[in-house]
Amino acid sequence: MADTAPQPSPHDPDARGHFGDYGGRFLPEALMGALDELAAEYDKAQHDPEFTAEFQRLLSGYAGRPSLLTEAPRFAEHAGGARIFLKREDLNHTGSHKINNVLGQALLTKRMGKKRVIAETGAGQHGVATATACALLDLDCVVYMGEVDTERQALNVARMRLLGAEVVPVATGSRTLKDAINEALRDWVTNVDTTHYLLGTAAGAHPFPVMVRNFHKVIGQEAREQILERTGRLPDVVAACVGGGSNAIGIFHGFLDDTDVRLVGLEPGGKGLESGEHGATLTQGTPGTLHGALSYLLQDDDGQTIEAYSISAGLDYPGVGPEHSHLKDVGRAEYRAVTDDEAMDAFQLLSKTEGIIPAVESAHALAGALQLGRELGPDGVIVVSLSGRGDKDVDTAARYFNLVEGV
Amino acid sequence: MSRIDELFAQTRGEGRGALIGYLPAGYPTVAESKDLLAATVDAGADLVEVGFPYSDPVMDGPTIQAAADTALRNGFRLKDLFEVVESVADRGGRAVVMTYWNPVFHYGVDAFARDLAAAGGLGLITPDLTPDEGSEWIAASDAHGLDRIFLVAPSSSDERIALTTAAASGFVYATAVMGVTGARDSVGAAAQGLVNRTRAHTDLPVGVGLGVRSGDQAAEVSSFADGVIVGSALVTKAGEGTDAVASLTKELAEGVRRPRA
Ligand SMILES: Cc1ncc(COP(=O)(O)O)c(C=O)c1O
Repeated sequence: MADTAPQPSPHDPDARGHFGDYGGRFLPEALMGALDELAAEYDKAQHDPEFTAEFQRLLSGYAGRPSLLTEAPRFAEHAGGARIFLKREDLNHTGSHKINNVLGQALLTKRMGKKRVIAETGAGQHGVATATACALLDLDCVVYMGEVDTERQALNVARMRLLGAEVVPVATGSRTLKDAINEALRDWVTNVDTTHYLLGTAAGAHPFPVMVRNFHKVIGQEAREQILERTGRLPDVVAACVGGGSNAIGIFHGFLDDTDVRLVGLEPGGKGLESGEHGATLTQGTPGTLHGALSYLLQDDDGQTIEAYSISAGLDYPGVGPEHSHLKDVGRAEYRAVTDDEAMDAFQLLSKTEGIIPAVESAHALAGALQLGRELGPDGVIVVSLSGRGDKDVDTAARYFNLVEGV
Repeated sequence: MSRIDELFAQTRGEGRGALIGYLPAGYPTVAESKDLLAATVDAGADLVEVGFPYSDPVMDGPTIQAAADTALRNGFRLKDLFEVVESVADRGGRAVVMTYWNPVFHYGVDAFARDLAAAGGLGLITPDLTPDEGSEWIAASDAHGLDRIFLVAPSSSDERIALTTAAASGFVYATAVMGVTGARDSVGAAAQGLVNRTRAHTDLPVGVGLGVRSGDQAAEVSSFADGVIVGSALVTKAGEGTDAVASLTKELAEGVRRPRA
């Protein structure tokens, strides 16, 4: 084993992918071989200096890491005077954190000798990132996207097609991210010999949650160094939006052992928790299995999945990664819901005060930071994961704020 | 000996495969699903799989997805499942339930096993639960005398086949092709190889499913497997009514009885 080998972490799941009671593998037998192969290959790759060097090279030379940590003082005036720092994943190539995981898994796909990649996407950010990596590494790419999302994120559909990917609109079920994942799993069961399923979040069956998390850990590692350098101290709070949970788990991990740092995940509260139209899985759900893992889940009395709702396509998901469920139960992380309106207010506020248009997903974290700042008062320091940029959301914002005549 | 063991002892004695028919509970409505299942029992299905209509059926193709959607839209609830199973038992048929795991988990694994057994159900087929995560279900099925039908696939290693068959009872469900449910023109050369690989690890009967839709295919599969499982083709007929279901079931029942080559 090389010297660069990662140390076993007390935060790793057990050999079968359990984080406490959560995680594991709840998928058809037909996929078990591929999951075993993936876990074994990922394990080897992690300990292979050539792989880790190649990954680092792509992160710095292609994705543009490290990403900046930008203080947002004018925005913070609205947060009770606490200091707010933005971890600028929006500045990565393709405009979100998603590229970290995608580059890692695309390299693994090459290592496994597979030529075809499939992915699901909600907002289109993961689809765009996957199409990008596939163009770069010469892999065939098929992206499943719910029909509702192909409509609200039409620009990203065009982007994926420009990059050479095939985009398949999914018309089943709620026609959003959950159904795109179902369809991708059906493709995978059929084509598993030639195909890697490049899952876009820290959810799903083992080894996806731990692998995706590890590819995103760089967010938290950088943020911790940067905040120490800038302020000479650790933050009081690290805030991130939670869809499936990948940007949140990536930034949380930089601070997991700093037990004085509060880790706060912001979930989509949609039209309000009492309306029933939301995607607040951890705050409102109960344990259940979906897409391969046991985790918190929005479900009805019969164990049928309840369709999520959010103005943000990237958070519109009734499940969540299993490590978040574990962190919630053991009390290491807290989760709150932020409504569409609160998120859109924060979206506009950041745009006007700092000249940064955030992704609507990330705006949920910003709305959380406004609340948390007021709770902490002027001595507070908050690091927010600005997981993506808002270019893709301009259409949504134009409608929401009536910015364009006749829209 | 479970009632499923007895069934396969009998069909093996007759030198044929058992006919296993799948229909979703509640499709198109609860009452009609009872009639449709009764028609398959009367027309010669040796065992029926009562499907649980689920919101996220990742192992199912368009036919069964659409049927599940219809059932749910028409108000299917979990408690209806037990009622439908009971109706099969009352008709003199044998029923197992095929369900994705979350509804069982959510209901409570032991409670589900208890209520299924009380309704006259004989076991559970679990497309997204493998023995790896199956300890609670293994205990509950033992406690309530239910069979646990796990799946093997062409991609299963010999090691996984050994693990799966060691945990299974009643029969082993071999998926003929890599893919989701749906009628196919050919059942796949992989099926026979998989049956043979499975038999190297167990004396349990092996049923083959995924793609069978005609009497000829049933005869072909019956020549090398202990059970012929028909799903999507029957579900399509269910959309046409009980006569269509009865007539396909008869054709399939004739198929499994053709002399083995
Ligand atoms: C910018 C951005 N942030 C966050 C998310 C939510 O994903 P996750 O919870 O995995 O970070 C998405 C998903 O599409 C996204 O595009």
